[in-house]
Amino acid sequence: MSTNMTSLPVTLLAVPAAKNGRLSAFLRQPTFVAGLLILGVVMTLACVADLLYPGDPQDLVGPPLLWPFQKTEFQLGTDSLGRDIAAGLVHGARVSLIIGFSAASIGLLIGTLVGAVGGYFGGLADNVLVRVTELFQTVPAFLLVVVIVAIGEPSLKVIALAIGIASWPTIARLVRAQFRSLREQDFVMAARSLGYSDTRIIFVEILPNALPPVVVTASVMVAGAILTETGLSFLNMGDPNVVSWGSMIGDGREMLRTAWFLTALPGTATALTVLALNLIGDGLNEIFNPRMRER
Amino acid sequence: MQLLDVENLQTSYHSHGRILRAVDDVSFTVGKGETVGLVGESGCGKSTLGKTILRLVPSSAGQIRFSGADIAPLSGKALIPYRRRMQMIFQDPFGSLNPRQTVRTLLDTALKVHRLGDVTERTRRINETIDRVGLPRTALSRYPHEFSGGQRQRIGIARALILEPELIVCDEPVSALDVSIQAQILNLLVDLKRDLGLSYLFISHDMSVVRYFTDRVLVMYLGRIVESGSYETLWSNPRHPYTRALIDAVPSYDAQKKRTAVVLKGDLPSASQVPSGCRFRLRCRFAQERCSDEEPALRRMPSGQSVACHFA
Amino acid sequence: MTAPNSAMPPSTRTPGSILRSQGPLLDVRNLSVAFPGHLAVRDISFHIDHGETLALVGESGCGKSATSFALMRLLPRGTAVAGEVNFNGIDLFRTDARALRNIRGKRIGLILQEPMTSLNPVRTIGDQIAEGLVRHEKLTWTQARTRTAELLDLVRIPDAARRYDDYPHNMSGGMRQRVMIAMAVSCNPQLVIADEPTTALDVTLQSEVLELLDSLRRQLQMALLLITHDLGVVAQWADRVAVMYAGRIVEQAAAHDLFERPVHPYSQGLMRATLRLDDGTHYSNARLSEIPGSVASAAGEQGCAFAPRCSQATEACYHAPPALVPFRDRLVACRVAVEPSEEPFRAVVGR
Repeated sequence: MSTNMTSLPVTLLAVPAAKNGRLSAFLRQPTFVAGLLILGVVMTLACVADLLYPGDPQDLVGPPLLWPFQKTEFQLGTDSLGRDIAAGLVHGARVSLIIGFSAASIGLLIGTLVGAVGGYFGGLADNVLVRVTELFQTVPAFLLVVVIVAIGEPSLKVIALAIGIASWPTIARLVRAQFRSLREQDFVMAARSLGYSDTRIIFVEILPNALPPVVVTASVMVAGAILTETGLSFLNMGDPNVVSWGSMIGDGREMLRTAWFLTALPGTATALTVLALNLIGDGLNEIFNPRMRER
Repeated sequence: MQLLDVENLQTSYHSHGRILRAVDDVSFTVGKGETVGLVGESGCGKSTLGKTILRLVPSSAGQIRFSGADIAPLSGKALIPYRRRMQMIFQDPFGSLNPRQTVRTLLDTALKVHRLGDVTERTRRINETIDRVGLPRTALSRYPHEFSGGQRQRIGIARALILEPELIVCDEPVSALDVSIQAQILNLLVDLKRDLGLSYLFISHDMSVVRYFTDRVLVMYLGRIVESGSYETLWSNPRHPYTRALIDAVPSYDAQKKRTAVVLKGDLPSASQVPSGCRFRLRCRFAQERCSDEEPALRRMPSGQSVACHFA
Repeated sequence: MTAPNSAMPPSTRTPGSILRSQGPLLDVRNLSVAFPGHLAVRDISFHIDHGETLALVGESGCGKSATSFALMRLLPRGTAVAGEVNFNGIDLFRTDARALRNIRGKRIGLILQEPMTSLNPVRTIGDQIAEGLVRHEKLTWTQARTRTAELLDLVRIPDAARRYDDYPHNMSGGMRQRVMIAMAVSCNPQLVIADEPTTALDVTLQSEVLELLDSLRRQLQMALLLITHDLGVVAQWADRVAVMYAGRIVEQAAAHDLFERPVHPYSQGLMRATLRLDDGTHYSNARLSEIPGSVASAAGEQGCAFAPRCSQATEACYHAPPALVPFRDRLVACRVAVEPSEEPFRAVVGR
């Protein structure tokens, strides 16, 4: 409702400030900024992991089961085998992010292709692709990942691929819906009347316009992939050659009562990162929301 | 030889198991340098007809002869040379421009796709076109949302012109624009026609715009042409009751001549439920028994126009 | 229909008189509306008498819709409003939210441009009309149902009793707009605001819907605020017209007088640019008269907003906006028109 209801001469009517531009849209959303900050910290730590904690985080470097802050050398303590937890967390961040982003990219690639082709061409191609998408959606995603990793080997590559394969249907459905509405737009008609090829229309004309909601979903997908990897490692199906947050939680679960920090620390790291990605997703959603951009 | 010669053209859609004939057995021609108007209510199939001729919507029967060659059966690469020669101007100046491309990209892509010239040649053509539609060259580096409705329609016209077509299908090009801008755009289209020898198929629901802008008019009702003729005869002597009703529906600016009677009964029926016999009979004041039994053919009248009505 | 509200005085409609002094139904004084970063309506005043039709006419972005939403206090959050709106002695800008709800829908009806989006797609049209009757007129649902059928009949929907349970998507655009009209007049309002009521409709339906609105206005003795960009609609259906440009009223006159002899250069330009069916011009023999430039060129203008597009603008036009002053039989906001002695000066257009 209107705010200023007083009878003022027009010269005194203050025109509310315009809220233009993407930058101010960012800054009006503290949760989005918080998400970016958290993710930024996690990414920086992952990048400089080798500088901060050179050497293999799986090395036994100190006495077992040191509590956090007990010794300055191991700020966050050690686990039952004497591995440095801080080193594990930082190196684990790298694993989690690699898995998260590569799995999401694979899902994005497959999903976009399937959705774009089905949505743009319609007809038989669309029917077939929709059935395939539905088939994948009937299998619980986590089970599918477990099966693929069990068939292959528990390496980072296979795990990322498995998570990507399990998560593309969401993207495919979204992209398909976008393409179906965008292909009816006049600018696509215009492109066709100018004789552009289907490939050009799909990738150059339509796709950039279809991306905003896809980007939003992708950020949440990264979070989902990190959680899936954590789950896998917890079940001892992760890559045995690397430390990940999930494997740390799995290792610590036996001592949940006596040394709860073993699970709590990697658990918190996972939760924070996933939360950050979700905040970013919500923020992007608001920024791309056409109703927000109008004013 | 006519530039465009459409014969018995039909466009059908499948919808919920039924076949809708959006365009039903339509024949007409557009000569070189001629402007042909296509009028009718929304949903009468006029837009579909325009898109069918440009092969943006597949036809289900009939011929579309462009410069003598039937382009209806062509597809893919074989169509590309014809795409260059026929273009379209759209109604909605907001939806018809890709929001993520600058004006330069918009125009340049078309030239690149048709491999027309190197960078300097393309720049020359882009500059020439943007000058022609009355936009400053600084517009080239801007995005569509930075322009007003009228300016965006000029960009749409520039895009239609860039490939130097011979025929332009104008689909309600001014109906989304303000009155003062409408006149600017219509004047521009007249100039372009004169300077470039263009032919137009001008689709509109606005009778006053069609009367001003076209040489010959086709009146379309539920997928069929019910009357056609030169603009003078059609306006001075409309023979089909539907044409009469469309003309009467236009509000008069004479405040004295107020409140004309209601001219048509009911709404346009859906294309899936075309009445038997004359398809206009349910809304016609003069309908008789014969109209429900027998579909009137498009007959040539001594006055010059063709009319599909038993009692014309 | 039942007799109109007893509180309403007999129709005092006097088309042509614009300088009435007492008791208008709606009296708007110095209304300004500011959206974030944009002053949409600038200090406009007008009134509507009982039972008359006033048209607010102007092109997109001239502030005519913002005006109508401001009257109903339906502007989005973050909009600043100044001025005074008196409806039957009640100041709509100072009355509390509850009293306002009793005015909206009951004493002021609203008809919007797009009948598809203004109706709730998942409820039957009958329920949507009846709801207002139950809420405002305190009818039972059974009574409201009977009354709704009467209303549907009143707006000439064939087979009215059977259409109660139809959903909006079962109806054509013209039918939906009639439903909107039935909704707007269901509680015998004293004023109906119709915002571009026929813009989304075909020409063949346009005159039918306007004719319906006009006959309802007479039958139910309502006043009508008709907001439109279509001069033809104005000429045929309005008693008085206020022409708006860039947030201001530039000319206000009886419809007949305005069309007979527009005084403001913008009104003149609009009428010249409008195509008429019967004026015999054809592209082969006459060029259309244009108003150069676009409304956008008025942004940030200190003086008369129309000056950059005006062929008669003088130096003075660029310094301060002209006031809306009485001139012969009307109100006009133009220095040049009111003082024709000044030497015309060719302005640089489209800067």
